[in-house]
Amino acid sequence: MKRYSALNLLKGGLRGHASWSRAWRAPAPKSAYDVIIVGGGGHGLATAYYLAKAHGVGSVAVLEKGWIGGGNAGRNTTIVRSNYRLPESQRLLELSLKLWEGLSDELNYNVMFSQRGALFLGHSESDMTKLAERGDSLRCNGVDAELLTREQVGRLVPLLDLSANARFPVCGGLIQRRGGVARHDAVVWGYARAADSLGVDVIQNCEVTGLRIESGRVLGVTTTLGDIAGGRVGLCATGGSSRIAASAGLRLPIECHNLQAFVSEPVKPMIDTVIMSQSIHCYISQSDKGEIVLGGDPDLYPSYAQRGMPARIEDVAAQAIALVPALSRLRMLRAWAGTTDMSFDGSPIIGTTPVENLFLNAGWCYGGFKATPGSGWLYAHTLATGEPHPVNAPFSLDRFERGATIDEAGAGPMPQHR
Amino acid sequence: MLLICCPFCGPRAGVEFKFERALETIVGPEMPATEAMSRLYTRDNPRGVSGELWRHSFGCGAWLMLQRDTATHEISSVTLFEAHP
Repeated sequence: MKRYSALNLLKGGLRGHASWSRAWRAPAPKSAYDVIIVGGGGHGLATAYYLAKAHGVGSVAVLEKGWIGGGNAGRNTTIVRSNYRLPESQRLLELSLKLWEGLSDELNYNVMFSQRGALFLGHSESDMTKLAERGDSLRCNGVDAELLTREQVGRLVPLLDLSANARFPVCGGLIQRRGGVARHDAVVWGYARAADSLGVDVIQNCEVTGLRIESGRVLGVTTTLGDIAGGRVGLCATGGSSRIAASAGLRLPIECHNLQAFVSEPVKPMIDTVIMSQSIHCYISQSDKGEIVLGGDPDLYPSYAQRGMPARIEDVAAQAIALVPALSRLRMLRAWAGTTDMSFDGSPIIGTTPVENLFLNAGWCYGGFKATPGSGWLYAHTLATGEPHPVNAPFSLDRFERGATIDEAGAGPMPQHR
Repeated sequence: MLLICCPFCGPRAGVEFKFERALETIVGPEMPATEAMSRLYTRDNPRGVSGELWRHSFGCGAWLMLQRDTATHEISSVTLFEAHP
């Protein structure tokens, strides 16, 4: 792999940039691998990269049914933060955030990680109490959190509606200054390129249609490009988890829902942080291209359509305009939807399954992107050693029957109430 | 946008209705704990036709059973939910 650097860019330029090769190969699948990763999204590619890099696993394949960056990796709102409420979630996301902080250097690929801060707004005294509680919990566990007054929030985001008759009055906020956004395409491209350079086969347009199981043990996968044998198989295919696991006789604690996101036409810089809210479900940030990126509630009924309901566009726009009235004159450029694996406590599943040598990474609800490096790092550990790492041990598949759920929202087993 | 034909109110916009749960997750009082656990915490989660419990929450309040395709959003039947299936 030719390194990306200013010097190589200059040298390449002198030769008309003819010397650059493709970022990753397009290999045909071999008949067998030590580890097969099902799903070439951010999590799957990161897993493959850390398997090769940190655990020295020689033969790894990532099987992707479409193209790299065509699934949820390219459909999220790109927000990265680790300021979760429960200690288990904090440890997982903080491990991830630390990896984000060195990711561009690690991958020799600019993932444009911008730590512009992730701000939660509080709209009432009870919101502020909850934010203060969360901030205390975060600081106790070594994660940065700073409670802001209304005036401090106003200085940070001058365009917020702070007037007395605002629809959502702002009482203050909680900011994680190390949070921010990253360029989601670059993350998958960077991991694919770096994994490929370590010998990982990244195979696109190869859909896994089922698992080959014999006497409680997985032997490999059946795909649209033929059967492939695998020593260990790691499922990492949001939106396809239930179907693939069903071929191993497993019923997962997952329900798939649509989550939409929107971008406006590009404008000059106006919001230089990520705005979220404790009470309403609306995320606002501005991409490096200048588009205002918006997200909100899922569609609240099961769907694989990757096509959202129009009513949600109105909901999100109304909330965003109520918070930042200056957005009202912007035209929306695009709206799209991704299929999320909603788990029944709002937390992901990374770990072993009742089937020998079959592993599961699923159920990220609407928070998968921020966890990409950490999820890959922990899943690689789990796949390489056969045992979960202490950080992902609480996120096991059997936690529901043990009553050991990690319920961020305290909402019970109903994804649509989350 | 979903168009759901309520047996009482006729075709109404999807926003008047709330998805409650998949029919497979309804737990009866007589069920053993393992089955109740399986129904509450696991799903078939089909990509295709799924039996669902909905409510006309912002209309007449009726509880409805829908046969709905989760990939195309096509609704093939809407019937009144009367008893535990």
